[in-house]
Amino acid sequence: MSLKDKHAIVGAATTRFGKVPGVSALAFTVEAAQLALADAGLAKDSVDAVLCKYPPSGFQGLWAHKVSEALGIQPKIAATIDQAGATNIGLVQYAMMAIEAGLIETAVCCYGDNPLSGPPGTYSKPRGPEGAYGMFGAPSGYAMIAQRHMEEFGTTSEQLGHVAVSTRAWASKNPNAHKRDPMTIADHQASRYVAEPLHLLDCCLVSDGGAAVVVTSVERAKDLNKPPVYIMGIGQHHIAWDLPQRPTLTTSGAKISGEMAFNMAGVGPQDVDVCELYDCFTVVPMITLEDYGFCEKGEGGAFVENGTTGPGGSIPMNTSGGLLSESGMAGMQLIVEAVRQLRGEGGERQVDDPEIALVSGQGGIMHSHATMILRN
Amino acid sequence: MTTQYQKPTPEINDENRAFWEGCRQGELRVQKCSNCGHIRHLSPACPQCLKAEHEWVAASGRGTVYSWIVVHQRYNRAFEEDLPYNVTIVELDEGPRMVTSLVDVENQDIKAGTPVEVVFDRVTEEITLPKFKRIG
Ligand SMILES: [Zn+2]
Repeated sequence: MSLKDKHAIVGAATTRFGKVPGVSALAFTVEAAQLALADAGLAKDSVDAVLCKYPPSGFQGLWAHKVSEALGIQPKIAATIDQAGATNIGLVQYAMMAIEAGLIETAVCCYGDNPLSGPPGTYSKPRGPEGAYGMFGAPSGYAMIAQRHMEEFGTTSEQLGHVAVSTRAWASKNPNAHKRDPMTIADHQASRYVAEPLHLLDCCLVSDGGAAVVVTSVERAKDLNKPPVYIMGIGQHHIAWDLPQRPTLTTSGAKISGEMAFNMAGVGPQDVDVCELYDCFTVVPMITLEDYGFCEKGEGGAFVENGTTGPGGSIPMNTSGGLLSESGMAGMQLIVEAVRQLRGEGGERQVDDPEIALVSGQGGIMHSHATMILRN
Repeated sequence: MTTQYQKPTPEINDENRAFWEGCRQGELRVQKCSNCGHIRHLSPACPQCLKAEHEWVAASGRGTVYSWIVVHQRYNRAFEEDLPYNVTIVELDEGPRMVTSLVDVENQDIKAGTPVEVVFDRVTEEITLPKFKRIG
């Protein structure tokens, strides 16, 4: 049984991004869900599943139930799933399975948080006994990975900088991006170190905001507001183990997850017209590109040089500005951007007639990964 | 007069008490699976055969640098005076890797593959942190 081309994203929306004081995580989540339903032209009464990623600024049990209540919905399925930054694609996959099994017809997958204006929550806590040695926060973990990539393959900080610079170039074309001012490699190099080898401009933003998508069957998708965006392939992989014991730091779950998604879709990297790759840190999309097969393992640094992934490049990547420049939230906005590109709603940043989009999500310190391939 | 130690310290529990007791006595210990002999570092069960039974054995205390970072951002006030400081993953000769830090080295001189050996830093009555220094 393949799930290829049986389900579609019919609604997609983002809220304001950036520093937005006075809006709770719950309010952002509801706003995003409401906007996504309006985008689809669906009434909330047609939603029978509410799927959520909990907001990292404050874990709450039964989060999806709280969201359902705020939406005025008593769904057949309400679930809060924790795969960190891979969750949002995971939510779509869970929706597809539930639709395919005949349990539900339409799911809303929604996320919102206010870590910039509200409490920073999990973003800077120690991950365990490492705190005794002064290892705190996600940048430290990804710096360990970046150092290892440099050690094994000769990757340079300037090459990481190309990811940040090309992403900012896209963000400058997005009126809703949190950061839009131009960035150069010199700016990247001059930005302070957070955890060497990572500079500040290697790190994603911390942003308030929300995003949501509506998933339904291809049959149900036919007579809605917008043309459906079909889900061709989807996969996950969880390399799970914490950094020190993990067999390698330079291959991520993207390898297996990507193989699953590409095999289901029956396409390869050469068929992809636009990529929205989870970029919590610059080294992440670089490793993801390698693991997905856009280039050989270890060649990600050379691959991203010279604007390959920027506006006008051969592989447009993170066209709304990604986590590095559009919004630091955990990835639902990347799915929304892929949908917008496939619908031709990209405005100034629209890629020429894309047919296939690739989206990734990654969580923890490269613990989890999810991949989705979409078409119009 | 002593000042109180301000940095976070590991929480001692039934699963890790023997490790921290070893450090207090100047011995770096690892868990050896009683069933299959696999060596592990602070894990409730053997990741190979899933049995919990194990004995604590003394490691050689030697290993190599696997990866490292230099922290510049102040995440915790107690580390402010140390900035910028290294945090290092050392791969023990017995196999397991552990997060630790290197002593007696300039940050720019840290390199992957450098042979190191354990030194013990008694930070409180209860906690002695294993750290590493370069050898040779
Ligand atoms: Zn065993």
